[in-house]
Amino acid sequence: MSRAGFIRLLVVAAAIFALEVACRAGVIDAITIIPPSAMAAGAWNLLVSGRYTQDILLTLGSVGLAVVLAIVGGFGLGYVLFRLPRLRRALDPLLASYYAVPTFVFYPLFIVLFGLNRLPLVAIGFVFAVIAMAINTLTGFERVPPVLRRTAKALRLSEPATLVGITMPACAPYLLTGAKLVIAYSFIGVIAGEFVLSGAGVGHQIAFAYNNFDNPNMYGLMLLLIGFVSALNMVLFAWERRFYRRRGLT
Amino acid sequence: MSVTLGKPARIRPRLPSSVGLDRLLLLLAVLLVWQALTWLAGPEVITSPVATVRKLASIMTASDFAGHAYETGRAFAAALIISLLGGLAAGLILGSRRLAGEVAEPLLVAFYSIPKVTLYPVILLLFGLGVSAKIAFGAIHGIIPVALFAMNAVRNIRSVHVRAARAMRLTPLQIATYVLVPAALPEIIAGFRIGFALTLLGTLIGEMFASQRGIGYMLVQAMETNDIGTIMALALLLGTIATAVSWALLRLDRSLNEQH
Repeated sequence: MSRAGFIRLLVVAAAIFALEVACRAGVIDAITIIPPSAMAAGAWNLLVSGRYTQDILLTLGSVGLAVVLAIVGGFGLGYVLFRLPRLRRALDPLLASYYAVPTFVFYPLFIVLFGLNRLPLVAIGFVFAVIAMAINTLTGFERVPPVLRRTAKALRLSEPATLVGITMPACAPYLLTGAKLVIAYSFIGVIAGEFVLSGAGVGHQIAFAYNNFDNPNMYGLMLLLIGFVSALNMVLFAWERRFYRRRGLT
Repeated sequence: MSVTLGKPARIRPRLPSSVGLDRLLLLLAVLLVWQALTWLAGPEVITSPVATVRKLASIMTASDFAGHAYETGRAFAAALIISLLGGLAAGLILGSRRLAGEVAEPLLVAFYSIPKVTLYPVILLLFGLGVSAKIAFGAIHGIIPVALFAMNAVRNIRSVHVRAARAMRLTPLQIATYVLVPAALPEIIAGFRIGFALTLLGTLIGEMFASQRGIGYMLVQAMETNDIGTIMALALLLGTIATAVSWALLRLDRSLNEQH
């Protein structure tokens, strides 16, 4: 392990230990934050009891569907914008400020459109994530070295062959960045939607536990969710960095 | 920087004169599609553009709107100041200390990408119901991107600048104000742009859960009563403000890049 990695581990461990001590010593009362060991025990218990398995699977399913749709849709949108630079220029300020509007206020609208089921949540995750994928696809396409495009022309490749054989491999790191953001944003969209208006899913169960002062379950679910998303992100982040470094991009 | 945050690529600095016309055409197209959707889905699902603007006007002239807007504005301003100054300070320190930056970066990236909505019960328990919870919620959304952008910008400053500053025995504060910030200004502005958008988002989400006043509270009330007209009107208002500020910062970012 690198020196920075070792120090990082120490810092995190020290922070968790300090929180544990502060909670056990009564500096922070148990209604506000429970000790990390109790959070871990809560997480373990609710996994073993299987009480929330249904909700966890529901949330993961919705996020998964939103991720797939957003990656495909965002790639398509990015490609269209790349081929139509005039449209892209006109859209630029909208793309840049897209994430300032809290998308999930449109949740009631999606409920009316799709009915009272999981589809509105998938739609929120998709709408929240698709633009990040489109922006990164666009960035990747624009940074394909001109020499590769000229090579494709010289080889008389058709447009689809150029796309599959040259453009997509050349901008693969950017597509990976886009996919990473899509996963993060889909989680945010679906969980936020579940928090606001939903009767099932991890987000709903956290809000439900909070309203009932059920701290072991609330912190247990939070720990599971945040731990899962962080682990996923760390893996993608490390993979992405290796990818960029190998391509000589930083 | 697109490595971690996926910032849109810069387009060529000088725009052709037709871009204004294109934007107008795009606006018209958006309005047409919106109107078409209203006709397709019915006005009780999607209110038409005209009806939305009319609704917005009636909301904004209502006697209680000023109070809600002031409440949101106050919380947002405080959260924005914390995000921008705190993020800038953290970014400058982490950027100029290599080891500290390497230790902190993955932690910041991890925190940036977790669904922070999940943390709202903790924020409420720590800060109680009221304006401080909203400010905290806005700040935790905005501070990380500002810090990440500033950190990466400072790392990319040519080391000769920093060495020259050290040779002149500038204090750390002087180095920050006279060397680091001016040299990294375009990226810092780009970070501010994302920080602004996310702080607004965070403040509004905080208001939706933890408040009896403010635009976010109006939104959540409209959501509970299924008042689509109010939702669309408020979304239009927020979207317009966010787009305008973002566009202004984008212009600033671009003109700074031309100078550099």
